[in-house]
This record gives sequence, structure tokens and C-alpha cells, in this order.
Amino acid sequence: MIASGPEADQKRRPSKINVRVLRQDGPGLPPYWERHQVDYEPDMNVISVLQKIAAQAKTSEGKSVTPVAWDCGCLEEVCGSCTMVINGRVRQSCSALVDRLFEDNPEEIELQPMTKFPVVRDLVIDRSRLFHSLKRVQAWVPVDGYYDMGAGPRISREAQEQNYPLSQCMSCGCCLEACPQFNKVELQRNPGESDEDFTKRKEAAYESEFIGAHAISQAMLFNSHPVAKSLEKERMETITSTGGIQACGNAQNCVAVCPKEIPLTTSIARAGRAATVYAFKKIFDR
Amino acid sequence: MASNRVLVVGGGLAGLSATMKLAELGIPVDLLSLTPVKRSHSVCAQGGINSVNDQTRQQGDSEWNHFDDTIYGGDFLQNQPPVKEMAYWAPKVIDLMDRLGVTFNRTPEGFIDRRRFGGTLYKRTAFAGATTGQQLLYALDEQVRRHEAAGLVKKYEFWDFLGPILDDGGRCVGAVAQDMVSMQIRSFPADAVVVATGGCGLIYGRSTMSVFCTGSAASRCFQAGAKYGNGEFIQVHPTAIPGADKLRLMSESARGEGGRVWVPRKPNDTRPPKSIPESERYYFLEERFPKYGNLVPRDIATREIFNICVNEGLSVDPNRMCVYLDLTHISRAELDRKLGGILEIYEKFQGVDPREEPMKIFPAVHYSMGGLWVDYEANSEGGLVPGSPRNQCTSIPGLYAIGECDYQYHGANRLGANSLLSCIFSGLFIGPGIVNWIKSNKASADLPKSVFERAVGVEEARHKKLLSNTSGGENPYLIHQELGDIMTRSATVVRYNDQLTDAYSKVTQMAEQARRCSLADTGNWTNQNVIFTKALQDMFPVAECILKGALMRDESRGAHYKPDFSMPSLTSTDPTARHREAEQWCDAFDENNRKFLKSSVCTWKGNEPDLKFEDIDTRLLPPRPRLYGLVGAEVIEQVWKERAEAKAREKASAPKELVGSA
Repeated sequence: MIASGPEADQKRRPSKINVRVLRQDGPGLPPYWERHQVDYEPDMNVISVLQKIAAQAKTSEGKSVTPVAWDCGCLEEVCGSCTMVINGRVRQSCSALVDRLFEDNPEEIELQPMTKFPVVRDLVIDRSRLFHSLKRVQAWVPVDGYYDMGAGPRISREAQEQNYPLSQCMSCGCCLEACPQFNKVELQRNPGESDEDFTKRKEAAYESEFIGAHAISQAMLFNSHPVAKSLEKERMETITSTGGIQACGNAQNCVAVCPKEIPLTTSIARAGRAATVYAFKKIFDR
Repeated sequence: MASNRVLVVGGGLAGLSATMKLAELGIPVDLLSLTPVKRSHSVCAQGGINSVNDQTRQQGDSEWNHFDDTIYGGDFLQNQPPVKEMAYWAPKVIDLMDRLGVTFNRTPEGFIDRRRFGGTLYKRTAFAGATTGQQLLYALDEQVRRHEAAGLVKKYEFWDFLGPILDDGGRCVGAVAQDMVSMQIRSFPADAVVVATGGCGLIYGRSTMSVFCTGSAASRCFQAGAKYGNGEFIQVHPTAIPGADKLRLMSESARGEGGRVWVPRKPNDTRPPKSIPESERYYFLEERFPKYGNLVPRDIATREIFNICVNEGLSVDPNRMCVYLDLTHISRAELDRKLGGILEIYEKFQGVDPREEPMKIFPAVHYSMGGLWVDYEANSEGGLVPGSPRNQCTSIPGLYAIGECDYQYHGANRLGANSLLSCIFSGLFIGPGIVNWIKSNKASADLPKSVFERAVGVEEARHKKLLSNTSGGENPYLIHQELGDIMTRSATVVRYNDQLTDAYSKVTQMAEQARRCSLADTGNWTNQNVIFTKALQDMFPVAECILKGALMRDESRGAHYKPDFSMPSLTSTDPTARHREAEQWCDAFDENNRKFLKSSVCTWKGNEPDLKFEDIDTRLLPPRPRLYGLVGAEVIEQVWKERAEAKAREKASAPKELVGSA
């Protein structure tokens, strides 16, 4: 990347933006590339590019097509919706600024759906597996109920400063996309299968595969909460069973791509130590 | 009640807290949302959540003061009992969220830390960095997931609510919704439906809101017969970062932690901000409002910033309007600990470090104070009757509205850090009332199937018609852009009747145009084109409520500002004449309140809203001029105080029986 002032940037800015999108009409259908071209404007991000693509619904060859489908929400990188693979890198499309992308490649922007989740359509993927993992590690505080019982336990500033970063996980899935141990699980509905049965079959398949950095980190977050700690044993059981911490290959890609800079590898190391202690306890408590 | 179910639509703070409370009460809940609930717009709330606390209490604060600040901040446009109830619940709400594990910032001793927010002189606001909404939402999301794992809650994510289903008696017995993946349309029979679908910022094109805040769910209830209240009250947040796709919020907490708003005194001063000496900077909020300074309520701060740029020509950027919001005098460590989240947003999207350079900000559409009209039942102390099925009920029995999509808590202007409170409070409070409602009614599962089939049929027909309308030729995305431009020009910071009249007629024409949209996608798989077009069509009835309310309200109150109908400021310098002017000012103030201290309540008449003004329940606090210690307004405050004291004396000496009927 060449360091340059705003004026130099101005000169290099083309009047058009070329976009190459990997499209797919539905689950199990073959993916295909499609080129689009939209007018350049200052301060654009990939979201505004996709909005223009939707509004014109024409490829760069002038062929009428359906608008490219994609997922988005807050547009300020705090909801996690708009995650996709942009120029080969997994990230949120709202914070992918066109001017920055041009610094690397002014010719073209390449958009692909995440590869570790089943494609629903175009750039929309099904991340239900990610939320299912949060159930598996019981990522919650098991309070008695919601009546007024006064304040919670006193928490030191140090503990808050350790937990707050972990609690910023927006379930975007970047850490899973980048992880070599996290493999795609994609099932097709059987003829005549009910919603409930299909969901059950999917969840069973998810549970035989790696749970991922985000869920391990959430388990550590709740294990360190004075009340949520009461479920530590159950969480460690999940973490040490099939698809748990032992599946982690320590590639450390997760922490490198996390948009919230969550110390995921620190959480994984903590989980590793806790797993050893838990395994010993299990042997001697028998 | 094994066969009873409740449908909650929307999974932000309000919807999730209602779901969680209903689950605790043993009611199975279907939770329907356009997005995975963890991604709801509440996630964007930054600054914090208000309540009186041990520290402020010892400085003279109380629940009553929080109530008073909220009413005064809202320019007296709220019915007072629900607001009183909310203020008295506030400390309990924060205690509960604390127990649920919210990572609130802590004092060195381990207590919840607090900061000051706008419209109050106390440090009432609890916060989790600058991502408080996200942290509160996650805690509720976790609790709901817990009930989901236990089987009491069933989530329907990526589903679009198409409208309530009413039985022949007009009671809400469920809803119709559409799966946004398979496009299947089906009914959800329910013994009560709770709409918690947030604000309608997308009507303005760009705002600080998330892309799903179209107001279409509220609009669908409105078109089914629910009343819509105070639509014209749209909060324009004073500090946002302009952007091509979105105006990103820069939280009030930046000012709560000491951020200062300023412009160079000299127009078109091109020097870098840090090289401009203190004496040549105009801290206009601090100079004009010495008591509240940078933390005057949002409507006032917004107008001042707008005025500095538009009328006084002091914008700091020659190409676009903006002022400085300066944090550079605060230490990096403190900024990172308390404001990290929002500073990262500025850095990521603007490429400038706000710890080193003052931020450039400008106002943006942010919050809908208005929304679905809802009822309440007051108790003898002027709070609410807990467990009353009337609380939060819309004008359709069995259809409830909570959170930003109701009109109830914030009047003409919402105070910062009160929205998270109103969302969680209304969600929790509604639970027992719904249980009582269900007990007194026949289960909707026992109704004839035809009631539900009919409603599904209507929506299927609408869907098919849209897909087959290939000759209409209108583009929904372009119509949306134009609607946003019209609304932003005519119905934001400053409003004029000629512009509003013009906008109203244009918008009604465009509503017709939107019916002729042709879709680029006519398929039946994840068709975002048709979902968006439906939302767009349903933006118009709400847009019309906003414009009609703004047009008919010939006064200035809170966020609604009409220069042609504003109270004049005092001009005399001679003390006697000035006092006389202040007397006249107070007379005019009283007279205006007789006309306009009312909610504007719209009913849908098939093709346009019919607006009526409704009296406001001011049983606890008599209205008073809202001045916030503005320099030059001291005489008005003094005259008003004398009058209030005289009234109180009169009341005290009046015969007993007359007091009650006054």
C-alpha cells in the first residue's frame, strides 16, 4: 500500500466502481459470478454499493437481473448482520469503505458469501449454527427470576474490564470463517420432513462438529461471573466433549479477524487450562 | 392455560423483556422478528440508562425528580401516570439488568458507575462503555435463549409481520406474517399480540436507525384500526456523523463525559481546530445555557447547532454543515474506558482519531417519540395499576404496543438514556396485565379457522398482486429516496406550514405511485425486493400522520419547532417594561397551552389519517415554561414562579369541595 495524501487519492478515484459478486439462487444450486458497475461517490461503503446494485438491477453488460440479496442491519458494525467475504477477507460490509478498498485494488471489488455457512441466497447465509452453540454452552446467568431482588453482586473494575470485551461479541461469525478447524455443515431437507425434525437433524449435525472460538469465549465469560459460575460444570462438559476445545488447532486466525478485537485466543487458553482441571476432577471425583 | 399463547413481534429491548417476563409467568411465547433478535436496533444504543441511585439520592435526587425532568424535558406532552410509574421502577430495572450480568462500568470500589446526561443536573446514567444498548440487549437475548432452550419460547427469525388478525368483535386474536426466506405466508393465532417494533426513521431515508426501522409494523396496526399518536414528534439528535448510507450516532455520552461543542468565532476560519486559541472559540451552548451547558435537552442542542450553521454561517467545513465536538482535553485512558465503542466508530468511518482531533458532527433523525396510541389505568397515587390489562393496550383490544413504537413516555422530546428505560420497563410491566387479559377471554385457538384463513388470504392476494404488477414501472428504491428527501426537508428541525402543505400533497401522490411499483425480482425465494416494497408502501400512512400532525400543530413544543408560531423573546432592556413583557409572555404561554397542550391522535380512514387533539393527563405536575436557564429568560422564570405561588395560595384558601373538581 502506498501512503498518499487526499489529493493523490482524488486523482486515482475512477468514476465507476466495478463489482464482481458470487451469486447463488438458492441452497444446493450452483454459484455463479456476475459483474455490476455503479457510479462512484465519495464516502461510499460496500452497503451503499449494494444498495445501488439493488436499485438498478442490471449487470454491467446491461442485462436485467434480480437484485443481489444480502443481509444488513445497523450499518455501524455493531449488529454483525452484514458479514461477507470482501476481496478475499471476511469482514462487515458496512465498515468496508470503498476508498480504502481502492487503495488495494482500484480495478474491482469482489464480494462472496461466507464459505463456512450454508448459502440461503447470494450473500445471505444461514448462521443458526452459531446461535445454537450459545445454547450448548448455556451462555446466560441462571437468575431465580425477574422480580425485584435488589442489585447483583459487587463486581471489581478489573473484572468488568476483563469481561466487557468478551461481552462485545456480536455473533458475526468472522472467527468461524477464518478457522481451519471449522467446517461447513449443510443439510438438505428430506422429502416430507417437518420443520421440527429438520431442525433436530441439523442440530445433531452441528453438535458433532467444532463449536468455535466465539462459543468458547462466551463460556469463559459466564464461568467468570459470580452467579453464572454455577453452570461451570455443564459448560466444561460441552467444551471437553466432541467438537470442543480439543478440536482447536491453535491457528490463531480467529483473533486476527475479529472486528471487535476480542482476545479470543486468551479465552481459548483459559478454556484449555480449565479443561485440564476439569478432566482431572472428573477422574478423581468418580 | 395450556393452550394459551402470546405473540411478541420484535426482539429489541422491549420485545425481549416482555418475552422473558411472560415466560417467567408460564406463558408460551412465539417471538417473531425481521432479524435474529440479537441484531435488533437496540444494539445501537450507546450512552446509558437512567435511574435515581444511592449517590444522587444523597444529593437531593429522587424518583420524583427523575419523573419531573422527564416531563419537563418532554415539554409536558405526556400523560403523567405511566411516566411516574417508569421513573419509580427505574432503579429496580437497573438492579435486574445488573443481576442478569450486564457489564456496567464500575467505580474503583465495585459499584455501578454513573455519568450525567442531557436535561438533568444529576449523574443518573448507568453505562457499559459506550455500547450500553448492545450490552442490555445481549443480557435479555441470553435470558430468552434460556427459555427457548427450555421450550417455552419459539423464535421466528427472518419473519415479517404483515398485520394483526381481528375477530368479528374487533379483538386481536393473532397476526399474519411472512417467512422472508421461503416467502410462505401464515397465521399465528395468539391470545394477545405485543408489537415491539421500534421507530420509523427509514421514512426519512437516512437516519441513525437500522435498516429495518421502517415503521411498517406499526403502520400495519394503524391501518387495521389502531390509533397513532404524536407522530409529528421526531427527535433529531444533535450529534451524528454524516454518511452516504447512514447517519451514524455520536452518543450524548460524549458530552456527558465532558465533550464540548464549539465553532471558531470567525466565519470560514481555515486554521486546524487545535491551533485556534480558546478566546477565538465560540462554545455556544455553554454561553447561552450556563446552567445545563452542553447537556441541554436534545431538541434545544439540535436547533442551536442548526442555527449556528444555517443562519450564522459558522459551519466548520465549507463543503458541508458541521460543528466541532471536542474530547481532546480528556485523557486517552479515560476516553477508552468510558467511550471506546463510539470513538472506534468515528475512527473507522471517518479515518480520524477523535482523541487527537475534534469530531465534526451535525444533527440527524434519531427517535420517534410518537407511535401507536396506548391506554393506561392510573391508581390513586397517580402511578399505574399493576396487572391492569389496559396498560400499554392499543385501541384494538388484545393488541399491545411497547418500546419506541408506542407514543407514551417521551412527549415532545425524549431525554437521553430514557429510551432504554422505557423499553425495558414497558416490556416487564406488561406481563401480568396480559395474563389477566388472557384469563378473561376465550382462547383464540378455539375460534373458527375461517377467521385466520381469511386474513392469510388477504395478504396472499397483496403479495401476488405485487409480484405480477410488471407494467407499473415504478422503482421502489427511488421512491424511497424521494420520500426521504421530502420528509427531511419539510419535517425535521425547522417547520413551515407552506412546506408542510406541499410535502403532504406530494407524499399522498407518491403513495399512489408506490402502489404501481414493478419488481425486479418476482421469485418466491428470499425476495428482499417484495419485502422492501411492502414496507415502503406502508411508510406512507405514518409519513402522513407525521406531516398532518406537524401541519395542524401551530405552536413550537419540544422537537416540533415552527418559527412562525414561536413565543417571542423579550426585547426591552428597561426592567419595568421587561417585567411587563414577561407577564404578556406568560399569558400567551397559558393561552397556547389551552389550545395545544394535547396529543394529536390519528385514525386511518382508508386513504388518509383523520387527526383529533386529545387532552393530556397532567394530574401530577402543572405545565410550566421550559427555559433551561436560557440567558435572558430569568424574568419569565421569575414571573412564572410568582404566578404559581399565587395560584397555590388561592388553591389552599379555596373551599374544599372546589379543589377536587378543579
